[in-house]
Amino acid sequence: MDSQFRPALVLFIALSALTGLAYPLGVTGLAQAVFPHQAEGSLIRRDGQIIGSEWIGQSFTAPRDFWGRPSATVDAQGKPLPYNGANSGGSNLAPSSPDLRRAVQDRVAALRTADPEATGPVPVDLVTASGSGLDPHISPASALFQAHRVALARGLDETTVRDLVTTHVEGPQWGILGEPRVNVLKLNLALDDPFGAKSHKSR
Amino acid sequence: MTHAWSQNLLYLALLLSLAYPLGTHMAKVLEGGRTLLHPILRPLERGLYRLMGIHEDDEMGWKAYAWSITLIKLLGLAAVFLLMKTQAALPLNPERQANVASGLSFNTAVSFITNTNWQAYSGETTLSYLTQMLGLTVQNFISAATGIAVLAALVRGITRRSAAGLGNAWVDLVRSTLYILLPLSFALALFLVSQGVIQNLSAYLHTAGGQVLAMGPAASQVAIKMLGTNGGGFFGANAAHPFENSSPLSNFAQMLSILLIPAALCVTFGHMVKDRRQGWALLAAMTVMFVGALAVCTQAEVKGNPALDGLGVTQVASLDQPGGNMEGKELRFGPGGSALWATATTAASNGSVNAMHDSFTPLGGLVPLWLMQLGEVVFGGVGSGLYGMLMFALVAVFIGGLMVGRTPEYLGKKVEAFEMKMASIAILLPCAAVLIGTAISVLVPAAVASVSNPGPHGFSQILYAWSSASNNNGSAFAGLNANTPFYNDGLAVAMLLGRFGVIWPVLALAGSLVKKKHTPEGLGTLPTHTPLFVGVLVGVVLLVGALTFIPALALGPVAEHLTLRSIR
Repeated sequence: MDSQFRPALVLFIALSALTGLAYPLGVTGLAQAVFPHQAEGSLIRRDGQIIGSEWIGQSFTAPRDFWGRPSATVDAQGKPLPYNGANSGGSNLAPSSPDLRRAVQDRVAALRTADPEATGPVPVDLVTASGSGLDPHISPASALFQAHRVALARGLDETTVRDLVTTHVEGPQWGILGEPRVNVLKLNLALDDPFGAKSHKSR
Repeated sequence: MTHAWSQNLLYLALLLSLAYPLGTHMAKVLEGGRTLLHPILRPLERGLYRLMGIHEDDEMGWKAYAWSITLIKLLGLAAVFLLMKTQAALPLNPERQANVASGLSFNTAVSFITNTNWQAYSGETTLSYLTQMLGLTVQNFISAATGIAVLAALVRGITRRSAAGLGNAWVDLVRSTLYILLPLSFALALFLVSQGVIQNLSAYLHTAGGQVLAMGPAASQVAIKMLGTNGGGFFGANAAHPFENSSPLSNFAQMLSILLIPAALCVTFGHMVKDRRQGWALLAAMTVMFVGALAVCTQAEVKGNPALDGLGVTQVASLDQPGGNMEGKELRFGPGGSALWATATTAASNGSVNAMHDSFTPLGGLVPLWLMQLGEVVFGGVGSGLYGMLMFALVAVFIGGLMVGRTPEYLGKKVEAFEMKMASIAILLPCAAVLIGTAISVLVPAAVASVSNPGPHGFSQILYAWSSASNNNGSAFAGLNANTPFYNDGLAVAMLLGRFGVIWPVLALAGSLVKKKHTPEGLGTLPTHTPLFVGVLVGVVLLVGALTFIPALALGPVAEHLTLRSIR
């Protein structure tokens, strides 16, 4: 065993340098050169300010905005802080937990209060917390479910809002990977400033 | 959901077709042959041997081999522990993460050197970038390389005749890292970045609206975490975090990476024993069990949670919504992409998650739980899955031999009392750790206090933790508060038993086989490449798993399933 100590130590140091420094720093350098936008978090900027990331959902609660999925993330003290991008996590409630059933019940009630005319069945993704607590997407059904409320609050025609939702639907990749989805932040930004994307590019 | 089954089919087709070329490449690497990468990497390899003061043709007996592996692991244990204890004073820590408590540091160090990657901490609130890179990423490579090395030693034990050496542990580690793990990881990491996985050294970002976005060198760690069946997430939510697993395509690539090397090693095995049918038979046995588990899990998650009936919620999938059991799942993956991940990650000893297993339906959660308890042999960990499966193959030929009253043999080597003892230890030690650990936990008030869900599910949380640690998986029913002295220490012991309690008997067995003469095939030899043998092998794996764990599973997920409709 003695005779193996030198090779063990040398190999450990060499592999640490190779896989723990050269490799991650090499990937960082190359990624920053080839895909700088993605490597830095696919950030969305408006007027020079960082609005957020297209991959990280945000907490929307006003009637005039589309709402994302419930988020179970907490702050450093363990108090609820939805969409805390610095502390990801899910509720970890069991399917059999009475707390889960109660939470879903409350969320359905909140949606009905916000729009008494939305009486149809609520899509399950709109009333269940995501795994990361940062889910940027909702299903197209969940967006359309909220279209009436959003249109009313903004004084817009409901058809206009529904059309906007439809143009924001992303299909499954390669036709079968993943689910059809709508990016909530992008959809709300488009509502706020229908020409925003264009004027932003031309600037 | 409409796509769930076609996604599953595409997955299996791609996995099995990629296994062949990679398996052939790995056989070449382990046998010291020349590959396309040699012009670039061979000088580096030679330089390493010179620095280490070894010759690449030096042979090691099984004990020297086992000590070498153990020694480099101990160095890793010390390095990760020290990094965590001192990270506040070290560079690459823009968020000024504090030094980590000793109990948690020890648990994490053990977890990463044993390829478990159980995480009682949340990455973005606990670790500096330096700790993630120089501590955890390094162990991701070394523990995966160890799996391949031990497998290579076992195969040499089978193929060499009347010999003593099992190869050279250092050479196997170096070659596995340089010619297999590093190039694959580099390519995968870049692909993941193209899909939106982040890779930077920036401080956390503050948006105009006050949201804080965690940053870091995620892609490089994620790539080897998937390929090396490690599973330790860069972020707390692991691969559910959009910065760790952004698009459905990144999800698919990561899922393929989980089983890619374990499946390909079956092909490698066939090459090395000079009978490809032997490798295909093992691959077939694994695939059969995987498909069954995947079907049950997918069906359970797609169907949804009956406890939410009557609330005005629809869980029915349609063209514009995934439906199903969506608590703890990401919309972009849906129940289908989450069930496939859960099955793959627990069939292998990966343990990463893209959805919270704690919130899976009882039967959907039973699948990952049982797959771990089977000993991580359905594809299994890199190397460890196949050497685990070979232990079961020895038991299968042994049982076959008993039936006809003849000394059993496997690939020309007689399987005798010593081999059976070693195989039994390697199979039963993790099982014992699961059951004993769970039994102690339900008797200790401090351990029960960590449970976060009421009823049978609370028991499942404890059972899951011990199953995961003892089989070096690392996934969790994460509601369980595992960052307590009881679980940090207890699960660390289980992880060590689950890794070294298998590696040592496997290498001892290899050391015994390598000395034996070749026994020519006779009339009474049970051929081990036929569908009949695949059936016997699957039967043995399932039987051991069923006899050992059905009582415990009945108390947890099965009981929960039966009560689900009465939750009000």
